[in-house]
Amino acid sequence: MDIIISNSSDRPIYEQITSQIKSMIMAGRLKEGDPLPSMRTLAKKLRISVITTKRAYEDLEREGFITTVVGKGSFVRAADLTLVREEKLKQIEDLLFKAVSLAGQSGIGRGEIEEILDILYQEGIES
Amino acid sequence: MKNAITVKNLTKKYEGFQLNNISFEIPKGSIVGFVGENGAGKSTTIKAILGLLPVESGEIELLGHKIIKGDRETSFKEHIGVVFDESIFPGDLRVKYIHKVMRNVYVTWKDDRFCELIKKFQLPEEKKIKELSKGMKMKLSIAVALSHDSQLLILDEATSGLDPVIRDEILDIFREFIEDENHTVFLSSHIISDIEKAADYVMMIHKGELLFQENKDEMLYRYGIVRGSKEQINMIPKDLIAGKEEGDFGCSALVWDKGKLMNSGYMEKAAAAGSNKPVIDKAGLEDILLYIVKTKERK
Repeated sequence: MDIIISNSSDRPIYEQITSQIKSMIMAGRLKEGDPLPSMRTLAKKLRISVITTKRAYEDLEREGFITTVVGKGSFVRAADLTLVREEKLKQIEDLLFKAVSLAGQSGIGRGEIEEILDILYQEGIES
Repeated sequence: MKNAITVKNLTKKYEGFQLNNISFEIPKGSIVGFVGENGAGKSTTIKAILGLLPVESGEIELLGHKIIKGDRETSFKEHIGVVFDESIFPGDLRVKYIHKVMRNVYVTWKDDRFCELIKKFQLPEEKKIKELSKGMKMKLSIAVALSHDSQLLILDEATSGLDPVIRDEILDIFREFIEDENHTVFLSSHIISDIEKAADYVMMIHKGELLFQENKDEMLYRYGIVRGSKEQINMIPKDLIAGKEEGDFGCSALVWDKGKLMNSGYMEKAAAAGSNKPVIDKAGLEDILLYIVKTKERK
């Protein structure tokens, strides 16, 4: 399991951790029941503060991605994955709706929008 | 017991210097960096909390035990490892014989743990202590501090005078130590980069006054440095400014919450007031300390 932390990123470190663990879960690289490193081990290995890893795990737990058992550690909770995916799809739909209506107002056609999408995918920003 | 160290209203007066009514708490399971310029009161604070100095007033608790100067009770000291920047061992003693002394000092002394650490730190067992380099002496002091049942490590300038490689190794030792959530490290240093790397919380002292104690990661994320023209800097809401610097070719200010500043519509207003937009940079711990101290000194 790789977690890459950037110090020059504008995103806070706990967010970098949660988003990477989330995408590992969504992509199926972490499966239901898989153990996560303890907060203290992760903090030590990533050389970051334990307060930060704690915050990340708490966020993941609140959003239903992991569950923490006292004395045993934290585990991936995959039960609601379809729900999460559904939610993301809805968010994407909303954003695309905005983009398409903006395009309509400004007289920008479907072809150009598709072109932009192609470029974005080529640049590989989706990960 | 949530805190490893609790200090309430500590005051210590010297001629020309005083620790002024300092209060703080060090939560268990964390590494807390204690920073400040030379003579700011770091060592005085550390000596006072160890009960090594008579103080004017103050209540101090270490691992739940009240510290009173001259107290003969020593059992709680089994759980406290203290490292100063000077080696405290006799120079003619050989490294391999230290445990013979220390096992009579600490009831909880563990010979095998000490041997393990000596190997791990690659300390030459045959050498006399006076023949060791400064870094080796420091590692030896830390090995001793970790070879009894320490739950709290207190270090005063333990990494100063050491090269970056050894300092990094020592920081790793601290990180490993607090993997146990009952363990705590309290270290003073004016090598800010060490604190920036290892600490969970940062505590800053300046001229005997405690300026702040904050969560380090959050602090680094929140603070920012705004650079722009004098008018642009003067437009920053006063309550966001933590420090300021004026130069001949523009000004800068340390703001304690750059997100808040950006959301306040400042950037748009400031851009309209000058030929260029002001820039907002991330602030490192060193920047934060320098801005705060310099601004204080000018007042």
